[in-house]
Amino acid sequence: METLEFEYRGGRTALTRNKPVLSGVLGSGNLEVLVEPADLGGACQIIVETAAVGFGETWRAVLDDVFARWPVADVRISINDAGATPAVVSLRLDQALKAYTGGAS
Amino acid sequence: MTHSWYENTARGRIEAFLDAGSFEEFLPPQERVASPHLRQLGTPAAFDDGVIVGRGAVGGRRVLLVAQEGAFMGGAVGEVHGAKIVGLLERALDERPDAVLLLVESGGVRLHEANAGLIAISEIMRAVLRLRGAGVPVLVLDGGQYGCFGGMGIVSRLCDAVIISEEGRLGLSGPEVIETTCGVEEFDASDRALVWRTVGGKHRYLLGEAAALVPDSIEAFREATLGLMDIKPDLSLEALEAEHARLEDRIARFGACPDATDIWTRLGIENPTTLPLLETADFLAATDGKRA
Repeated sequence: METLEFEYRGGRTALTRNKPVLSGVLGSGNLEVLVEPADLGGACQIIVETAAVGFGETWRAVLDDVFARWPVADVRISINDAGATPAVVSLRLDQALKAYTGGAS
Repeated sequence: MTHSWYENTARGRIEAFLDAGSFEEFLPPQERVASPHLRQLGTPAAFDDGVIVGRGAVGGRRVLLVAQEGAFMGGAVGEVHGAKIVGLLERALDERPDAVLLLVESGGVRLHEANAGLIAISEIMRAVLRLRGAGVPVLVLDGGQYGCFGGMGIVSRLCDAVIISEEGRLGLSGPEVIETTCGVEEFDASDRALVWRTVGGKHRYLLGEAAALVPDSIEAFREATLGLMDIKPDLSLEALEAEHARLEDRIARFGACPDATDIWTRLGIENPTTLPLLETADFLAATDGKRA
């Protein structure tokens, strides 16, 4: 297992503090994503716990794209991963962030 | 529109099952009450340890409910998972809801933390019996992809009633366990028709282990739950002895049957080999008055 941490800046803070959202299930080839409000000085923090070791660069590439689509601030995204492919990760994060933000990117 | 129970996640089932907006989760994912054992073993641990507990309403009736997520480690019961269920059952003793609902989907004890899981199952069993003794109905809803086996199979049969779909399965040792321990000649776990006619919902209903057989829709489970919520079981010693006698009689009648279809023949059902193919309504009509 490997724990990865990423931080993104330059996002927009939501006017209201949204409720936490959980998307996905920690099943084989899948992942669960928990999105919560957090006082992070305007940053978006992403913490990944993954069963697949050695894919840090792939995670960064996927998460860069996700943050470009969803530039959120003061949000903590916690991920438990059981070997999901990059496409599944990307879709799951879209689902979670859409639910968290109410659909406004 | 109906929602498939089988295809949904545990959270999806709760969402469609309860009255809209009525659900209040205890120890939600952001509390991160996860398994300490899995992380030590180098395995990611789900934020909710694979089980959701909380309070809500069904048709305006107050319920406390448990929903197991089969896709996380087969819904298996570890230490935290089990403690959340026990805590909910004990809370029901104080809150006295109209019913406690167990939306089961579990392979049994989680072998990564087996001792803690086994203890948890025994605590769940004791808590279920205390609740029933206090007059709070405990209902089981079984229709998920992973079925209900092992410790949770035992727990289910300790409850007041089991509501099952054709897709649901209920048993002690699951098909793979039987094949592994007794050989493929004894039970071929890859033979899906054999698996379903042995441990599937229709057979469980015919044997009297499930009180209701419903189509695979969340709405059908909801309707059946409302119909059973005012169940008043006879918990007297006489009733218990009568149930034991019924089970002894069942072994005498069917113990020598090599296959479920032989049991259906002995129950006097015409064309028993067609039963697995029937839709729920046709199945119920074909077997009316012929359950064991």
